[in-house]
Amino acid sequence: MTDVLEHPVAVGDHGHHEDHGPRGVLKWLTTTDHKVIGLSYTVTAVIMLVIGGLFAEIIRAQLASPNGTLVSLAQYNELFTMHGSVMIYLFAGPFAFGALANIVVPIQIGAPDMAFPRLNALSYWLYLTGSITMLSGFFTAGGAANFGWVGYAPLSNSINTPGAGADLWIGGLLLTGFSAIFTGVNLVATIFYLRAPGMTMFRMPIFTWNLLVTALLILLAFPVLTAGLVMLYADRHFGTHIFSVAGGGVPVLWQHIFWFWGHPEVYILALPFFGMVTEIIAVFSRKPVFGYKGMVFATLTIAALSLGVWAHHMFTTGVVLLPFFSIMSLLIAVPTGIKIFNWIGTMWRGEIWFSTAMLMAIGFLVTFLIGGLTGIYLASPPLDFFTHDTYFVVAHFHSVVMALVLAGMAGLYYWGPKITGYLLNETIGKIQFWFLFVGTQVFTFPIYLLGLRGMPRRMAVYPHDPQWKFLNDVATVGAILIGVSTILFVVNIIVSWKKYPAGDNPWDGHTLEWFTTSPPPHHNFYRLPPIRSERPTWDYNHPEHTALGHGEHAKDEAR
Amino acid sequence: MKVEAKILLILGLFFGIVAAVYWRWSVENAGGVMLVAAMLLGFLPGSYYWWWSRRMRTRPEDDPTATPAQSAGVVGAFPGTSIWPFTMGMGAFFVVLALVFGIWLLVPGIALVTWALLGGIAEGRRGGRV
Ligand code: HEM
Ligand SMILES: [Cu+2]
Repeated sequence: MTDVLEHPVAVGDHGHHEDHGPRGVLKWLTTTDHKVIGLSYTVTAVIMLVIGGLFAEIIRAQLASPNGTLVSLAQYNELFTMHGSVMIYLFAGPFAFGALANIVVPIQIGAPDMAFPRLNALSYWLYLTGSITMLSGFFTAGGAANFGWVGYAPLSNSINTPGAGADLWIGGLLLTGFSAIFTGVNLVATIFYLRAPGMTMFRMPIFTWNLLVTALLILLAFPVLTAGLVMLYADRHFGTHIFSVAGGGVPVLWQHIFWFWGHPEVYILALPFFGMVTEIIAVFSRKPVFGYKGMVFATLTIAALSLGVWAHHMFTTGVVLLPFFSIMSLLIAVPTGIKIFNWIGTMWRGEIWFSTAMLMAIGFLVTFLIGGLTGIYLASPPLDFFTHDTYFVVAHFHSVVMALVLAGMAGLYYWGPKITGYLLNETIGKIQFWFLFVGTQVFTFPIYLLGLRGMPRRMAVYPHDPQWKFLNDVATVGAILIGVSTILFVVNIIVSWKKYPAGDNPWDGHTLEWFTTSPPPHHNFYRLPPIRSERPTWDYNHPEHTALGHGEHAKDEAR
Repeated sequence: MKVEAKILLILGLFFGIVAAVYWRWSVENAGGVMLVAAMLLGFLPGSYYWWWSRRMRTRPEDDPTATPAQSAGVVGAFPGTSIWPFTMGMGAFFVVLALVFGIWLLVPGIALVTWALLGGIAEGRRGGRV
């Protein structure tokens, strides 16, 4: 029987698109439903967050005293490498464009599924096997990869880093890289071809817009990384000398290739989370997104510029065009600033509902602002020369990535009920928020100072200096608070298990996912509302407001 | 379709300008090559979409006044469930493990990938879930 879809028809007509497929493990192995795949991604990515977080806690425990002996120097190298690799490659990316994107994007545009459901399932299997491949390095004789998450040449060649752990790192990245590329193809095709009638490009929710741009960035950036990894593998095993001086190669070429992927990757990670908080802030301020088109424009500008800034990670190599990369990097601050103003503008005079999701989104805003501002310092070569490879850099990007974790939590509290049908406990959620938010600041603030005092990153031991010791202790306390917040999240899932039914539209949402049931039926919709703005569900539920223009909504409601 | 095409074309144009400036100004070639590739990734699909957008009627999703009923009917065939993505994923897993643990792993790897390809294509011909 071919599962051909009758598109949802008139309002009020309840069709029957039930799922008659297999159940249990067989369902997990054979599903092509974007919601089930998205849920698999979510669970896997959260497990990766916990694993990466455990590595971080061990790192901080080691640094709790200047001559820590918890792990050996060699193990420490493996730990920070795998902490960074797990967090970036296996948690943040797949969570951003695999987990919530998979679940939400097709529903937000009124589509029955992703454009290529089987390719979507393949993406997940490549992600899972890639993660297993990379982590299995710990079980090989030489241990896991230990050259940092950036794998710089010549440290990553076969003389300096022999052993299976490094090859497993490369192999894992090949698999997850293809996974990302296939997801990118799928998202672009879905958004270009499967929108519901009336869902013009400029009526798409901002989250969907951001994922479209993310997908384009994936297609621009990931093939470069994959090619670089193939070259690295060839250097290690086939005797080529692409990255080694000895054979006439150029080590810094690896850095060019890596960061040509690596900086866009920063936005591949960030844009989906920007999209999440945009939706959440608007819904919980009970207003439309302020400056919708400006938001779209800013996203596109950030993406375009992000391809021309890669060597700001290479200022200290002495062989890059400092003014070019500095100017391009500083320019990104402009569209990013537009976004921050628009988020504040959306909240301005709104009726703010401080749910857990909204608190997390506000926490994102504050933390991301700190990370963004210190990023502007680092984009200036004279300041970067002074702070490069110190804890200042670690602090900068942890302000950013912890902001993304806050945003991701906001997304889970906001969209989780849509996919599971049940809300999480708000009280535990708010306690979790305070641990996560305060912990993040307590963790990052002292390491900014340590960086300015010259503490290098990637060191398992450090000089006896009371000031350094004190700052490290504070950072470790922050890490513990963050760890507690993660435990609280798990506790919340257990405590709230099937306890608080969510209903179809618990937050009075704006976009189409809140029009369908929780969880949505097999092909997402029994019926669709007319789509006349970027918030069709809200228009449908509040007919008295639909005649007004956007600016007018805002003023009316605030009064 | 026009908006979609324009986004890609404008991105391509922007990358082209950046590539030109960078390549003239810098002393290395890798960045220039990668930026030109980025430009092509904007131009190739972008111009294809543009070409199409001029040859087709406005789709309901591009029509701001379209009603849900306008797209009633068949949207496409969506496979219900399929084991082939999993099979292919396992094949790829073995291929990658062959890079690390020995060339012999390519045998199960390539076998699984081939099997999945054939199975997947046959399934597609039959139209999704059978
Ligand atoms: C529980 C929260 C976290 C703590 C306590 C933490 C702690 C640390 C510390 C102390 C380092 C420096 C290790 C060293 O240089 O010796 C580090 C490095 C790093 N972290 Fe985290 N981190 C956390 C969360 C994250 C997240 C969420 C991400 C990304 C999404 C991330 C990405 C990285 C990266 C890429 C590195 C660099 C690794 C390298 O030097 O190769 N971290 N982290
Ligand atoms: Cu960067």
